[in-house]
Amino acid sequence: MAAPSIKVSETPLVLYVLRRADDALILGHRLSEWCGHAPMLEEDMALANMGLDLLGQARELYVYAAKVEGGGNDEDKFAYLRDVRQYRNLLLLEQPNGDFARTMVRQFFYSAFADLYWRAMMKSTDTTLAAIAAKSEKESAYHLRHSSEWMLRLGDGTDESHVRAQTAIDDLWSFTGEMFAVDDSERGLIDAGIAIDPADLKPQWLRTVSSIVAEATLALPTSDWMQQGGRFGRHSEHLGHLLSDLQYLQRAFPGTTW
Amino acid sequence: MVTAALSDADLRRRAWNAAATVVDPEIPVLTIADLGVLREVSVSDGHVEIAITPTYSGCPAMNMIALEIELALEREGFHKPSIRTVLSPAWTTDWMSEDGRRKLREYGIAPPLPASSRRALFGVQEVACPQCGSKDTEQLAEFGSTSCKALWRCKSCREPFDYFKCH
Repeated sequence: MAAPSIKVSETPLVLYVLRRADDALILGHRLSEWCGHAPMLEEDMALANMGLDLLGQARELYVYAAKVEGGGNDEDKFAYLRDVRQYRNLLLLEQPNGDFARTMVRQFFYSAFADLYWRAMMKSTDTTLAAIAAKSEKESAYHLRHSSEWMLRLGDGTDESHVRAQTAIDDLWSFTGEMFAVDDSERGLIDAGIAIDPADLKPQWLRTVSSIVAEATLALPTSDWMQQGGRFGRHSEHLGHLLSDLQYLQRAFPGTTW
Repeated sequence: MVTAALSDADLRRRAWNAAATVVDPEIPVLTIADLGVLREVSVSDGHVEIAITPTYSGCPAMNMIALEIELALEREGFHKPSIRTVLSPAWTTDWMSEDGRRKLREYGIAPPLPASSRRALFGVQEVACPQCGSKDTEQLAEFGSTSCKALWRCKSCREPFDYFKCH
């Protein structure tokens, strides 16, 4: 019999940690899908390496969420036994890899945010989150450098790479607003100094993204209509397919180990 | 065998020495003490607790290292030691010992640049070739065979080499 989904007591802190853990897991999984398929060996290794960093961050966050929740859940149950509506990641990160340009634009938008976010979170009054932030910010800075270089190469490369990079920017732009959104459950954590207000990061994020995009001879869309829902479990149709791949084994053979 | 006659300080020293023999499975010339991964050894009532810190969040060598520490301590007569992972303060390549840097270079891996001040987004790095010492080198790929390395090439002796990334 297939394994049923777990129940999660989403107190504000548990929810907050799960949202960030899901971000890292889902993007890490997307990057792992490139393994063996990247356009060149160096990029195959780069994407797998970045996926591994994100998986490591996800594990640290899930372990902490389990500890805060204090029920019977653990990192594996969070990853393998929650259904699509229980996932709390940003919509941007579940978007399919598409071509290499799309994967890099997605990575660039997110890494430019994660770099600022984790650096700010190093000052969190929550010592575990501050410790996870101190590790993650170094990794995010490296991911940002890697994806920024690709933005320049793709945008200022051939006509074909330019068109593909611009198309990816246009398609993914409306998913970037969710990174800076705050709901009531997070407002209390921000007031307590446990979380930071992501809206404070937006001007710097926009400066970094605009300058790289301009240098790459690309353009940012002018539309400011933004898509939301991932933080509340309202996902695009892509996440369910991703989870069926990620969770298949534990769902079909509950509790199986290597 | 561990006897009751030994003080906790003696036991601690023996436990540290045993744990310090464990090498990184990916870079077998470096011990976890050289790397700065071994953070702390404490003993109370004859029970040993070892604290280690991961280099990269997803470093797959950590499980292996924890297992090796357990085996090394069991061999020294310490039963069921506890291994604890600490995240704070975050590991940095600045913790790598001078001895460790020398061993890396001799093994053919360029050691990390010192002083991990935050680099500019496209910071210029000067990495010396571990084979011939020339600084006329270039990066081939930001990521290498493990999380902690990048791939470089020497333009003098033409040898490709691994660079242990500054972190």
